[in-house]
Amino acid sequence: MKITFPHMGNTYIAVKAMLEDLGLEVIVPPKCSKRTLELGTKYSPESICLPLKINIGNYIESIERGADTILITGSCGPCRFGFYSVIEKEILKDLGYDIDIIVFDPPDGNYKELMNSITKAVNTKNPIKILKSFNRGRIILKEVDKLFEFSNKKRAFAVNSYEVDRIMQKFSEDVLKVKGITETKKLIKRTFKELKKIEVDNTKRPLKVGIVGEIYTVIEPYVNLDIERKLGHMGVWVDKFLTPSRWVEHNLTLGHLGLSEERKAWKAAKPYISTLVGGHGRETVGSTIMYAEKGYDGVIQLLPFTCMPEIVAETILKTVGKDYDIPILTLIVDELTGEAGYITRLEAFVDLLKKRREEKKFERVLSRS
Amino acid sequence: MKECYLGVDVGSVSTNIVIIDENNDVIAKKYIRTKGKPIKAIQFGFKEIKEEIGEIEIKGVGTTGSGRYLASILIGADIVKNEITAHAVAALNYVPDVKTILEIGGQDSKIIILRDGIVTDFAMNTVCAAGTGSFLDRQAARLGIDIKEFGELALKSNNPIRIAGRCAVFAESDMIHKQQLGHNQEDIINGLCEALVRNYLSNVGKGKEILAPVVFQGGVAANVGIKRAFEKALDMEVYVPKHYDVMGAIGSAILAREEVKSKEVSKFKGFEVADIDYKVKGFECNDCANMCEVIQILAEDKVIARWGDKCGKWTNLSDINLQRLA
Ligand code: SF4
Repeated sequence: MKITFPHMGNTYIAVKAMLEDLGLEVIVPPKCSKRTLELGTKYSPESICLPLKINIGNYIESIERGADTILITGSCGPCRFGFYSVIEKEILKDLGYDIDIIVFDPPDGNYKELMNSITKAVNTKNPIKILKSFNRGRIILKEVDKLFEFSNKKRAFAVNSYEVDRIMQKFSEDVLKVKGITETKKLIKRTFKELKKIEVDNTKRPLKVGIVGEIYTVIEPYVNLDIERKLGHMGVWVDKFLTPSRWVEHNLTLGHLGLSEERKAWKAAKPYISTLVGGHGRETVGSTIMYAEKGYDGVIQLLPFTCMPEIVAETILKTVGKDYDIPILTLIVDELTGEAGYITRLEAFVDLLKKRREEKKFERVLSRS
Repeated sequence: MKECYLGVDVGSVSTNIVIIDENNDVIAKKYIRTKGKPIKAIQFGFKEIKEEIGEIEIKGVGTTGSGRYLASILIGADIVKNEITAHAVAALNYVPDVKTILEIGGQDSKIIILRDGIVTDFAMNTVCAAGTGSFLDRQAARLGIDIKEFGELALKSNNPIRIAGRCAVFAESDMIHKQQLGHNQEDIINGLCEALVRNYLSNVGKGKEILAPVVFQGGVAANVGIKRAFEKALDMEVYVPKHYDVMGAIGSAILAREEVKSKEVSKFKGFEVADIDYKVKGFECNDCANMCEVIQILAEDKVIARWGDKCGKWTNLSDINLQRLA
């Protein structure tokens, strides 16, 4: 069995390491590229949201490299993601690929079915072994997210922010060469060390911007046109509300105890939106409020074109922005997104935030005197 | 010698060049069709403007527009700014208490909201051209009318008709239908103006609080029919500044003026760049999975700038601004 899975930000690093530890042969799809998108767009329904198109591209490129089994997560939320696994199966069947698809549906209390899919995927019935790998995989996921979080902070403070890019680019190349959890862990550690060596200017007071929105768009850099890097080089300290480790935390562990960040976002969103609208619509509203309360300078909402839950959220965010006096920029991506217009919007937003901050400082000085 | 500042706005439809003096007064301006060749457009504009103005000293240069980085490399800019900020700066110069800027160009339209002289919100059109100048161009061509007369004709209408204008394609078929029903041309043209304004307000301006004073700029602001349609829809006066068509360039010149205050010398390479032979060559790097599209600019066959790579392998590290493009 040669197993593959779609790209979703940095998740591949942990999933790869975990599956390798379980003794499987893993084929990581090539990094998302123009070709991935072209393939995906060609074989997907035209008006489906962007993530599905990229998924299809990922599968085809992995199959070309010999993959025969696909691992995906499912969903039960009322948004199109709930149908992804079904549609994707049909598309691949129509294309004539002979491939196995294993779906991990979020357990929602029922762990048995999930366990069944897992045992099928990993070829072992030993639950202790599985749980152990799963746990270690989760730790990797967390470490990787921390590493990227740290790199975002570094970019905002670094004397030369491009040094961060150099190190992170090297990391993404090397991570494909190492095998299993132990080696991956070591690499992460080494990269941390490298990042720490970068010279910083602690007198900088970078703008702080929170990124919210549909999870796939938020965590997959190819799809969001590398927004973290772009903002980082403009001197912005970026934080993402949704990360792969937080998703796992919510869906597989803490969520059911009511402790996850997502639950906190639900609570914050309550006055504006009290029910599930599918996808991450509710989290988008809630997390925006949480960023506002933490004193962030601004919030950017990301969504793929036609994403229904996020359109609901977008409408509500207008009121939230007014109530909490925080600027919010909504960016919609699809395969036609022009990079130039995207950069223009980001730059203008950063200008706006800078001016606002200067103004506030000025007001404070006035009120003091 | 008179001390002046140069502003260059390279857009997809037009390339605008202005020169302002110490009082921000425009002393020369050029409006050139870009026609997909921004370098040629800049060079052509430089030649013309140089002949026009005689001896002046350029103390600072700013660029804006979608070709702002390219332009900044060619001419040596002191500041590179996005169109939104540049347009806002220019409008503030004419109407210091402006609260809303409506900006409609050939392919782009935007709205900028300001409060107390700072930008607090903005939006640009996304996928649809139904709220931009090209919509009008196309319909004018269909009706066989010179776009310059379009606005005047709209003003002659006194029998408003509604044209479905959610999308340029629908508008077109509805317009043909209205023609066949026997509506006169003025009324149809007026209906198109109102359709554009409706589109703009519901696409770009949706959810924004439009307060007076309102400034209307960009190429389409020349159209008095659209101006009136805006005034009708918003029920407030709409102000069109004298140099409505080159506001981005004016804004970048003003920004350049502020920028060089704290600097000794400008990076300006002089109007002579009009005579240099530039080429742009792109290639795809296949050294890693990123497959970056690297762009390089050659001056007399020598590479003067490169960008587009994610790893920094090809970029000229000397210019930080360029790296933003990567
Ligand atoms: S320019 Fe650098 S990052 Fe881009 S494809 Fe080449 S080696 Fe990879």
